Amino acid sequence: MQRTVFRNRWLPYLLVFPQVAVTVLFFFWPALKSLQLSLYRVSPFGDRTSFVGLENFTKLLGDPEYYQSVVNSFVFAGGVTLLSVAGSLVMAALATQKIRGLSVYRTLLLWPYGIAPAVAGIIFLFIFHPTYGVLPYFLSFITAYEFNWLLKGWVAMALVVTATSWTHLGYNIAFYVAGLLAIPGAVLEAADVDGAGPLRRFTAIVFPLISPITFYLVVLNMVFAFFESFGVIDAVTKGGPGDATMIMVYKLYKDGFIGLNLGSSGAQSVILMALVIGLTMLQFKYAEKKVTYR
Amino acid sequence: MSAVGAGQLEQARVRTGAVAAPRKKPFPWQRAVVHALLIACIAVVAFPLYYAFVISTQDIQEVVQRPPRLYPSSHLLENYAEAWRKAHMGRMLFNSFVMGVTVAVGKIVISMLSAFAIVYFDFRGRMVCFWMIFVTLMLPVPVRLMSTYEVVGTLGWINTYQGLTIPLMASATATFLFRQFYMTIPNELVEAAQLDGAGPMRFLFQFLLPLSWANIAALFVVLFIFGWNQYLWPLLITNSEAMRTVVIGLEGLIPRSGTELPTWNLIMAGAMMALLPPVAVIIFMQRWFVKGLVESEK
Amino acid sequence: MSRTTTLLRSAPWACALWAAIALAPAPASAKTEIHFWHAMTGQLGDATNELVKQFNEGQSEYVVKPLRKGSYPETLTAAIAAYRQKQAPHVVQVFEVGTQTMLLSGAVLPVYQLMKEQEIAVEWKDFIAPVVGYYSKDGNLYSMPFNSSTPIFYYNKEAFQKAGLDPSKPPQTWKQVEEYSKKVIASGVAKCGFSTGWPSWTMVENMHAWHDQPFATKRDGFEGLDVQLLINKEFGVMHLGRLAAWQKDNVYSYGGRAGTADPKFVNGECAMYIQSSALIGGFTRGVKFQWGTGQLPFWGPPYNKATSIIGGATLWVMKGKPAAENRGTAKFLKFLSESNQQMWWHVTTGYLAISNTAVKNLEAGYHFKKFPDQFTAFAQLTKGKATPNSQGLRLGNFVQIRDVIEAEMENIFAGKKAAKQGLDDAVAKSNEILKEFAAANKR
Repeated sequence: MQRTVFRNRWLPYLLVFPQVAVTVLFFFWPALKSLQLSLYRVSPFGDRTSFVGLENFTKLLGDPEYYQSVVNSFVFAGGVTLLSVAGSLVMAALATQKIRGLSVYRTLLLWPYGIAPAVAGIIFLFIFHPTYGVLPYFLSFITAYEFNWLLKGWVAMALVVTATSWTHLGYNIAFYVAGLLAIPGAVLEAADVDGAGPLRRFTAIVFPLISPITFYLVVLNMVFAFFESFGVIDAVTKGGPGDATMIMVYKLYKDGFIGLNLGSSGAQSVILMALVIGLTMLQFKYAEKKVTYR
Repeated sequence: MSAVGAGQLEQARVRTGAVAAPRKKPFPWQRAVVHALLIACIAVVAFPLYYAFVISTQDIQEVVQRPPRLYPSSHLLENYAEAWRKAHMGRMLFNSFVMGVTVAVGKIVISMLSAFAIVYFDFRGRMVCFWMIFVTLMLPVPVRLMSTYEVVGTLGWINTYQGLTIPLMASATATFLFRQFYMTIPNELVEAAQLDGAGPMRFLFQFLLPLSWANIAALFVVLFIFGWNQYLWPLLITNSEAMRTVVIGLEGLIPRSGTELPTWNLIMAGAMMALLPPVAVIIFMQRWFVKGLVESEK
Repeated sequence: MSRTTTLLRSAPWACALWAAIALAPAPASAKTEIHFWHAMTGQLGDATNELVKQFNEGQSEYVVKPLRKGSYPETLTAAIAAYRQKQAPHVVQVFEVGTQTMLLSGAVLPVYQLMKEQEIAVEWKDFIAPVVGYYSKDGNLYSMPFNSSTPIFYYNKEAFQKAGLDPSKPPQTWKQVEEYSKKVIASGVAKCGFSTGWPSWTMVENMHAWHDQPFATKRDGFEGLDVQLLINKEFGVMHLGRLAAWQKDNVYSYGGRAGTADPKFVNGECAMYIQSSALIGGFTRGVKFQWGTGQLPFWGPPYNKATSIIGGATLWVMKGKPAAENRGTAKFLKFLSESNQQMWWHVTTGYLAISNTAVKNLEAGYHFKKFPDQFTAFAQLTKGKATPNSQGLRLGNFVQIRDVIEAEMENIFAGKKAAKQGLDDAVAKSNEILKEFAAANKR
């Protein structure tokens, strides 16, 4: 798309300067320092470092557990993105119908977003707790199946996916509600005149119109699931049982921040970063073309 | 209400020049179904919070009783007073507030400017800048925590408000959002502004900014919550009780040594206090930007 | 537009206000400040602050500033980061699994040396051997024991009574544990026999010590860095194999890591529980039924009974502070180790008192007569036969090793792996971690 632009020799640089300065100082410098460590073996206090070449990488890539954490990450990020984006689209569509009490409904749908992941984790830990949680208690009346996430890996995964999706919901709903409200009534009127049913109207007209939002939300939810969501996992499962909920970023946090193995965590970040940059670029390349901006 | 939404709205208005016609009201039974579905969704979404509130009003025996008690009890005041006292909530709420507001305002200002430069100027290194900023989405926080701490230490910012807030502004979400929003502004608007003889800064403040309020409000909510909910960074960077934030105070109520029974009612009382301000911001801002949207439709 | 201009106009004021808040100097204090970072939350945090308050009020030269720095691992990581920026606290609380890291860091001032430098007399010999042994090197104490505990056996007396068991007699052997569990389950008073807290600490680390079995080579890591685990030998495989079998018929019910299993006992779901002795305080306040304690169950011959080992945390003194400040640190640590404070700490929190004098005073005051459960841990640590296998463990990267062991325990209990297989995997992974640690800490 060709954009009309302004011409100025120095102004654009002045405008990007604050952001670039903060980014370089507090992102690139520290990030490069951390990534550089991927080629070293570092003592916990960081006072002794020795160059080990690619050893940190070869160790990781020879470790079946690491592959397991990669698979877990995709399951986790895929699950969270699907559940939270699809769920919020449905809820936003409901919350933009012409009915009474909308602002109350919207508020009640939005506010969980204000809750810190660590706090959400604690609340969910309490609700899902095998011994005193309400959910297992009531589930036990419905089914004899024991939802013991302390030992059953898939239950634990379902739990952290649900809890994490829940923390993303409000954010996504806010965006969808805005997007849906912004669709001019005339467009929908035209569809009504054409005799399109609500579902058909949604898929044919509404969905393409909000595709930029969907694109943005998919990218962001995925990135957040990959990177920022160890709060819930840390509060609830700590990567267990076994390593069933050990996703890449939590392993990295455990090895680097808790275990003080800065070399290995550096190598893990390089891999993680490459992976997500690759995924995002793929999405930009293939999805953004299909996204309707105008 | 948000960037993309507002942008499309404006674009639709500008292009069609049409006033949106009110839509047909659905049939009553359809409305009833929508109400029912919405209530069902809210029951699912709001239950964890409701339950956390219920727990915060019970004494510890009611918390662990079987079958679980799903309605509030009478210990609200004592639990909240106890949690408030134990976690030094007053000062911490203030610090969290400072942190949330500073991070939000700072990030909005710098990313509004940089996104403007990236979208509306053709300069050498434009794409480098964009990708440079964008890539900050790509590196998880725990990786750079320790080295960022070192940078902040070198600057002498440990245990200061600037050390607490400025490093958190180095992230791309807001820039990305502003970029997405500016992309939806039709060229016609820029051209009209240029015909008016508006320079870039006047265009930014007189044309883009008024269109961006909803956007900024949404971002403020997002970033305020981001700042408010931080845990690891403030934990690392603050060295005195006076600098602590509320999420840290809350964590202090939770036994982590595994040698103590958790007092869930106090924990939930602390959680309610910690989440009230961000939730209030959401509720307050939601009204504000929905109103803004409705107005702009007229 | 008016909104824009107002905002623009108020911006400098807002900045000035923020700056004023940020740059406001801390009130100057004439006293020397001693910074103390710890990981104590909840009631333990209150008790810690109370001790600090007593010290601060008891003298006028120094003021100790306690600060909770998160969980144990977070506190350690924060202290390391701060040390590298020359912002370290004077005293930092480090959990027992961080001992090797601290010893090899070169960043600490050993307490024995601190006391010698400051010419403060401490009766080292008075400290309880299994406690100081864990934190000593060449017979010298490197960090001041603060909160130490050992796993003991808890049981629900009311459930025992209802199941027709003698509520005054806890099981002595694992065979009895199995037998009692089945009785309890059959009579319907509880869903499961027993559960455990801190799975690796209670069921692997302590069970090896208790049965006089080596946990790792090089005398459990005390004699060198090239260490390998030995938990996949006959004893470990047998014990975990039994637990896994019991898990199937609810004799045992796995309840998660750290203290997640506590509610299983507190709610009466399991009639017996193995967990830190420091929970006595919590159970006294939070458990509605009558309960008692006993020593850890024993497998009997061919094994020999030794002592259990401790867990918890100690206080490390960071290097590089002026002697005048170190003097305050030394006085503070000395204060904490004194008999009165130790007795108060023990009675309030349930953690062990670390000096024999304190224990004797408690005995003289009929404390143990009134609260016999408080004595169980002391008995278990001091009345048994100390052997090289029951001195404690000294492993690098022990935090990760515990995670590895607990993850494999979960695989075993879930039936995903046989006990032998799971332990073999745990050992292989742990040995890798130990090798990495040895390489990283080579001088």
